[in-house]
Amino acid sequence: MPGLGIYVLKRFGQAVLILLGITLITYILLFLLPADPARQIAGRSATAQTVENIREQLGLNLPFYEQYLRYLASLLQGDLGRSYIQKSEVTELILSRLPATLLLMAGAIFCELLIGLPAGMLAAVKRGKAADNAVMILSFIGVSAPQFVVGILLLYVFAVLLGWFPIGGYGTFWHLVLPALTLGLLGGGWYSRMMRSSMLDVLRQDYIRTARAKGARQARVLLVHALRNAILPIIAMIGLDIGIFMSGVVVVESVFGWPGIGQLAWQAIQRVDIPIIMGVTLVAACFIVIGNLLADIIAPFVDPRIELR
Amino acid sequence: MKKLLAALAVTTFLFAPATLTTSHADEIKQGGSMIVTYKDDVSTLDPAIGYDWQNWSMIKSLFNGLMDYKPGTTELVPDLAESMDIAADGLTYVFKLHKGVKFHNGREMTADDVKYSIERTVNPKTQSPGAGFFGMIAGFEEMTASKTESLSGIEVVDPHTIKFTLSRPDATFLHVLAINFSFVVPKEEVEKWGTDFGKHPVGTGAYTMDEWTLGQRVVFKRNADYYRKGLPKMDQITFEVGQEPLVALLRLQRGEVDILGDGIPPAKFLEVKNNPEYAKMIVEGGQLHTGYVTMNVKMKPFDNKKVRQAVNMAINKDRVVRIINGRAVPANQPLPPAMPGYDKSYKGYAYDPAKAKALLAEAGFADGFETELYAMNTDPNPRIAQAIQQDLAAIGIKAEIKSLAQSTVIDAGGKEDQAPMIWSGGMAWIADFPDPSNFYGPILGCGGAVSGGWNWAWYCNKDLDGQATAADGMTDPAKAAERIDKWRSIFVNIMDEAPWAPVFNEQRFTMHAERLGGPDAIFVDPVHIPVHYDTVYAKDAQ
Amino acid sequence: MRESLAKLGRRKIALGGAVVIAVMCIAAIGAPVLAPYNPSEQFFDGLTLEGAPLAPNERFWFGTDLLGRDLFSRILYGARTSLIIGIVANGIAVLVGTVLGITAGYVQGWVGAAIMRFTDLMMAFPALLLAIALAAIFKPSLWIVAMVIAMVNWVQVARVIYGQTLSISAQEYIEAVRSLGAHWSRVLFVHIVPHLLPTVLVWATLGIATTVLLEATLSFLGIGVQPPTPSWGNIIFENQTYFTTAPWLVFLPGVAIVLLALSFNLVGDALRDILDPTQQGRA
Repeated sequence: MPGLGIYVLKRFGQAVLILLGITLITYILLFLLPADPARQIAGRSATAQTVENIREQLGLNLPFYEQYLRYLASLLQGDLGRSYIQKSEVTELILSRLPATLLLMAGAIFCELLIGLPAGMLAAVKRGKAADNAVMILSFIGVSAPQFVVGILLLYVFAVLLGWFPIGGYGTFWHLVLPALTLGLLGGGWYSRMMRSSMLDVLRQDYIRTARAKGARQARVLLVHALRNAILPIIAMIGLDIGIFMSGVVVVESVFGWPGIGQLAWQAIQRVDIPIIMGVTLVAACFIVIGNLLADIIAPFVDPRIELR
Repeated sequence: MKKLLAALAVTTFLFAPATLTTSHADEIKQGGSMIVTYKDDVSTLDPAIGYDWQNWSMIKSLFNGLMDYKPGTTELVPDLAESMDIAADGLTYVFKLHKGVKFHNGREMTADDVKYSIERTVNPKTQSPGAGFFGMIAGFEEMTASKTESLSGIEVVDPHTIKFTLSRPDATFLHVLAINFSFVVPKEEVEKWGTDFGKHPVGTGAYTMDEWTLGQRVVFKRNADYYRKGLPKMDQITFEVGQEPLVALLRLQRGEVDILGDGIPPAKFLEVKNNPEYAKMIVEGGQLHTGYVTMNVKMKPFDNKKVRQAVNMAINKDRVVRIINGRAVPANQPLPPAMPGYDKSYKGYAYDPAKAKALLAEAGFADGFETELYAMNTDPNPRIAQAIQQDLAAIGIKAEIKSLAQSTVIDAGGKEDQAPMIWSGGMAWIADFPDPSNFYGPILGCGGAVSGGWNWAWYCNKDLDGQATAADGMTDPAKAAERIDKWRSIFVNIMDEAPWAPVFNEQRFTMHAERLGGPDAIFVDPVHIPVHYDTVYAKDAQ
Repeated sequence: MRESLAKLGRRKIALGGAVVIAVMCIAAIGAPVLAPYNPSEQFFDGLTLEGAPLAPNERFWFGTDLLGRDLFSRILYGARTSLIIGIVANGIAVLVGTVLGITAGYVQGWVGAAIMRFTDLMMAFPALLLAIALAAIFKPSLWIVAMVIAMVNWVQVARVIYGQTLSISAQEYIEAVRSLGAHWSRVLFVHIVPHLLPTVLVWATLGIATTVLLEATLSFLGIGVQPPTPSWGNIIFENQTYFTTAPWLVFLPGVAIVLLALSFNLVGDALRDILDPTQQGRA
């Protein structure tokens, strides 16, 4: 494909610039927050002297740009700083929890595709009829329902009352099912709508008419031709999922006691633990940017109409 | 002669209960394990740094200090100190340490370790939140200003004798020696781990830290070489973190966990309390806690005493307690009932909206006024703030609620001109140690009325400050009752000026599995939250 | 136009959605008249003796909340908050997004590129964290919440409008009009903007749904509208842990939110189907 290498390079370069921009904006925002890190570390019984000492040691008396550059420098060395409240290194905290979140996301993606794709297909085929409306309404509910409530509801019914799954926690496949399902219902709602649109697009195309005219049976036409073409743009969008998941992950991990970075972010936000908030923001932004990048790179292969700019 | 006898009496008195505890402990067998759930990660187990109510008791089980409290009570008893001698002027303390106390790494503890540990806490480089507690030790000022690297007031007489010289007599000194910040740490381990010592704690305590899986669990194992034979009772404690309180309760009801570290979630409280099945699992006790509304005396119109008294009379405390399902008792003074110095006979300001309105009119605010009420944004505090808001509206005060993150409110309170009223819920003062002095200095004394301080009422009464210092100077044990009396009068005087409107004292409700045994008091230990880990035993191991 | 309305009428479900929206608007506007009680009044007998809320009964049609306040009145007033935020916040988001999108698409060049890169940046930014930071700095209030949501939402609109402006500008008749010497403002406002209106309209309606949900999420984090002002989001937030003991407190406002989001989505989708059958405006 002509110019692919340059295209990828260009996109990659933009991604790096975007990440840099995010560090700056995040740093500015957190700088403006009316919380005093020295006070937080010093605690409630500290003398003014102790607070001042800590402020010196953290370099909080330096001008803004100097603090920012220091932060960038340590960032390049992979050091995200030390939490004010947890006293551990942020990098260590995030790395220890990342695998759990990645696992949850993988499970959630699986669930949402499992729910969303067939539902979208059904809605497209039965367009305008009762099944279509039912699917659309259910998917809107899936997208709108508060995650906390859905999570606790599933936990209560399937883990407590029926006892089919463990009550929260981490470790085996059975622990993964309910949290992945909770997120999957949210994503499933999105995907069923996307799939419906995509299928409708494809079903309108000439080559489908041709296939039908040739006499192939309805089902075969659908499954082989339409599906193949309808799914590709959807797959390209999985990268964008990560952005949608970010807020859901925080809630779901809290409810199910899933030791991922969502839980970490939640605690940090409650306590205004700035190093962790910054670290998690950057990691989340990284994932979103990578997701977008992947989507942008896969898309031209999948949809020949898109030109490489 | 009299003084010597008194000193001897004090020493023996403090010595006796320690033996009592040991003999009782022998009857119960050691063994078994338990699981405690928490929502938040454990932050640090470094005694010089750890200062949240989650790690406070965990640290008490991993380390020891010179003094401790009798389990389930607020009574001071010696811990690592075998005996002590206090000079008549209250400026010199000599402690003899137990012999044969070993750190978890096998080395024997000596007086050098005690000196090292306290100096480490005071050293500015450690950034310890507890450095300020040791202000009475000679040499404190120099060390905090980084002029010296050691405290002149601590002297190692011999490997098992240590001597403290104070710069002023301080009746709270023994409490300070019972606080986590003075607990003994081994120098070689601290130097080995540096800032990460909090994740690899090594102490002399009843338990050792066996495993720490970040974000999932911390496991304590029984210290087989613990110097107090017969303790602890359990072989193992597992702290499972990341457990949402509602989910933890479900697991407890199914028998999967043993203690709810975060307590009974408010949403389920009534349901659980009224269910006879769980009656044996719940223990109720008092706490050294008061929930109050602070009024910034430096911001108009709270500079007028009558306005503050009107606020005190306007709040319907019984209704507030009802809103939180009876998990507290109404309060009429700053000190909680469990604290020495609490005045049982004090009447305080009764709920009387008509009188409150009259007072406001006297102060020149017959039409009321507008103001702001800050509160922390986690349940149930916004609700309590709204209840108070309605009570204030009934006498004409329109308070706009600012429901914000905890540290934002704390920050606002520490500024002289920002927060006119603050509901302290979620950030309320809980005593560092069971002495009335701790309920004065940082939150009502002139020393706390500074930028970034916790005296959110910005109340400074130099006369009362003087009385407080005098009370703390009364170190003579014979004068203990007089000292407490002095504190009682100090707090009554404070209520006359009403910089606070005390609302309630929270009760503690600990829910634990039936298989855990022990006297009720250790499940609501005022100093060890949620339970006294060393003395809880497993019924199924007997 | 008339034809479009007729088409809308034929889609019964979308019509249902429009009806629901109308009902909610009436509820919101007429709240002071329709509400049986003051939404902030904490009734002493609104709670049991132990302080538990009351289930729906004759006096309190939707039951009471944890402070003894009438839930029905609160939900009516909550409609106001949610709709105001939905319309205002979304309105700002659509306005900003449209202006930026048109500028980038019409002017192009490095100005256009700069605008679009900025948009990419904001898209990659974890929106929730931005909202939390802004709320912490400026202290939450109804208008701050609206501003925060607008700041988060304008990105999608900008992208779509940009794409559309590009493709419209590339069409031949635009070239033709330009070569005839027409002034840029004439080209823009007479020939390009009218074609964008359907898309703007669609996004305006769809965006309200997301906005209402976002406000609920902000309330969940404790940075939504300040108490005692009710919004459907903060009613759920205040009471979510009680949903096993007092499910009406979570269920009823939850249904309201879902209905509102659903209705706007249905109407928006139907509008899109009618006005933009080639699905050009799809994100």
